[in-house]
Amino acid sequence: MEILGLLIPISLLLGAAGLAAFWWMLRKGQFDDPEGDAHRILREDYDDKPK
Amino acid sequence: MTAFADPQHPSACPACDAVPLAEQAAGKALTEARLMLAMPGIHCAACISGVERILRSEPGVRDARVNLTLRRASVEAGPDIDAEMLCAALNAAGYEAHQLDPGVLAATEIDARGRALLMRLAVAVFAMMNVMLLSVAVWSGAEGVTRDMMHWISAAIAIPAVLFCGQPFYASAFAALRGGRLNMDVPITLAIALAVGTSLYETMLSGEYAYFDAAIALCTFLLAGRYLDYRTRANARSAAQELAALEVPRALRLTGQGTETVAVVDLRPGDLVRVLPGGRIPVDGIVVEGNTELDRSIMTGETLPAAAAPGDKVNAGEANLTGPITVQVQAAGRDTELARIGDLVAVAEAGRSNYTSLADAAAKLYAPGVHIIAVLAALGWFAYTMDLRVALNIAAAVLIITCPCALGLAVPAVTTAASARLFRKGLLIKDGTALERLAEVDTVVFDKTGTLTDGAPEPLGLSELSADEAQVALALAEGTAHPLAKALANGLRQSGVVPAQLAELQEIAGFGVEAMWNGTPVRLGRAGWLEAKPVTTTATYLRIGTAAPKAIRFADQLREGAKELVEGLKAQGLRVVLLSGDVAPAVDAFAERLGIGDLVAEAKPDEKAAEVRRLTGGGARVLMVGDGMNDTAALAAAHVSISPASALEAARAASDMVLTGRNLLPVLDAMATAGKARSRIKENFTIASVYNLLALPLAVTGLCSPLIAALAMSASSLTVSLNALRLR
Repeated sequence: MEILGLLIPISLLLGAAGLAAFWWMLRKGQFDDPEGDAHRILREDYDDKPK
Repeated sequence: MTAFADPQHPSACPACDAVPLAEQAAGKALTEARLMLAMPGIHCAACISGVERILRSEPGVRDARVNLTLRRASVEAGPDIDAEMLCAALNAAGYEAHQLDPGVLAATEIDARGRALLMRLAVAVFAMMNVMLLSVAVWSGAEGVTRDMMHWISAAIAIPAVLFCGQPFYASAFAALRGGRLNMDVPITLAIALAVGTSLYETMLSGEYAYFDAAIALCTFLLAGRYLDYRTRANARSAAQELAALEVPRALRLTGQGTETVAVVDLRPGDLVRVLPGGRIPVDGIVVEGNTELDRSIMTGETLPAAAAPGDKVNAGEANLTGPITVQVQAAGRDTELARIGDLVAVAEAGRSNYTSLADAAAKLYAPGVHIIAVLAALGWFAYTMDLRVALNIAAAVLIITCPCALGLAVPAVTTAASARLFRKGLLIKDGTALERLAEVDTVVFDKTGTLTDGAPEPLGLSELSADEAQVALALAEGTAHPLAKALANGLRQSGVVPAQLAELQEIAGFGVEAMWNGTPVRLGRAGWLEAKPVTTTATYLRIGTAAPKAIRFADQLREGAKELVEGLKAQGLRVVLLSGDVAPAVDAFAERLGIGDLVAEAKPDEKAAEVRRLTGGGARVLMVGDGMNDTAALAAAHVSISPASALEAARAASDMVLTGRNLLPVLDAMATAGKARSRIKENFTIASVYNLLALPLAVTGLCSPLIAALAMSASSLTVSLNALRLR
């Protein structure tokens, strides 16, 4: 059971990393145009210069 | 679909070329203009590339980016670029585009509240997943110290998370209690507080049950509902702002030196205002100089243009058609006829029966019921065991089990799904309960001019003109920008007529066009000017020499989808009424074309509203579809209302839904979707209540473990969301 002392902090840390990643994406505006981004990724003119 | 090659621009990104230049220009570049365009028609990847390519190929444009979700394009351009040029370029390529005022849009762009809500939701999800995971150990039989440790860690995660995430609920519950009311947030707050409180107490005493997972799960599901609700409202609000931004009221004021452009609000009685052909009159006043014809259709619904000469009174909102005029301001802003109609709207809105949404009705039953059951259960257990700890545990379990997670999701999930569906079809929903109300409609009232009709009128009976008459008429019609003349010229050109050779062609503003044809004077214009006997419907008159003047009649052009819409509504057994301010013969002829039996003609704005109220008084649920200033009071008085995108801002503001395209057919889709949405909402309430009713006896009898609470809550929320998604 001692392993729990290690596993629980690790799992919390990983979860927190996910939360931080989400916060970053929110700041970067990755949720501003979900519909447009879904289409953009399929177009060749964005291959060279994704933005 | 293939990618577009861009022949004009060897570089893949014109913006990249522009950046170094912009940086060289340092300070100046930073003050560059940011333009926003509304693009209601775009829908696919090719549209994105196409629009961006066109915008970037305009000289002076540094960068352009399309937002497909919001149907907008934002353009970074030099200060000398104006949005009208860009819109014209896009329109020429077949993309519908309108200018937006970035100042009005700034508020929606930042959208701080939405992001804050999303962040709270993210934190809640994170905390919920971790606490649930820890709870698995407890549920699978951890005991003693291990269980205590799990509980303590759960508490360490859940308590700060609940404090942070639940703030919207606490604030709303506090506000309600201070006002002496009960709302949905009161039982929610109480449930969260009680669950966290008793769980902490239990944990300190090494108890068996802790509800940390339930408390945070509650927060998560409720926040999800709140966020969906917020997003629907924000979309609707930004759409309304977007439409408001389409009109920037400005006027040309005459000063000693020339003219200056001023905002309409800055005009004072006595100022002189210049109104150019094609412009809209910004104020109420008197013509002091110039002759013209006015299009009053927006104010009165009349399609026939009216003549205006010095000394005539004009009203704000009328469009100037042929000649430039100078108007002396008598009333501006709040004092105009336009604003008085606005006051009519306010009265009509106040008189609108207070609609109780399904959610409100549910909340009214729900909130007191939950409290009573929880208190009764706690009292009962306290009397039975004389143990406050047990009684509090039971009360917490009851509150958690009955907490309206699924109820909170039931309506927003459905409205989100339905409005997303209707947005794709070309309809914006401005009001949260509009769909519910639309589902109840049994009578549809249409305005004629600008709603069922659209664009230029069609000339009738062109084949009755002799070859000479047709040629002269075409040559004269091409000498003016008057809409009737333009329509006539188009019609004649299409039937292969060649214009006659005319000399001394001149336009007499407000009357018509005259010229010499082979030494004979010829005229095209108003009946009075040609001494012709006026016909009752919209017409223009042609006189060659001293021959009797000939009337060329016009019929309104039907808006796209108008006929199908009326047929579809009648097929569904709805009553269709035509309510127009236009003259009776024109309305009669038009109603016959569409097969509408019920009609009211020559209705003034207040009469329109009164007619809608009369129908409502007779027990009908009225859907009003209209676009003009004269419709606004009726739009506000109706049970639910729709206006086309071309409608006046005031009309759009007064209506619950706005069509984004030219076509009227989405109204039919909206009615079908509204019916479905209403039944989904009711289903959702049933599902949520069944879950609650099943779990409630367990909670009251003390058989409800945190595991059952968590399962019931998640299962009901999921079922409700999935049921709502069936609507897409």
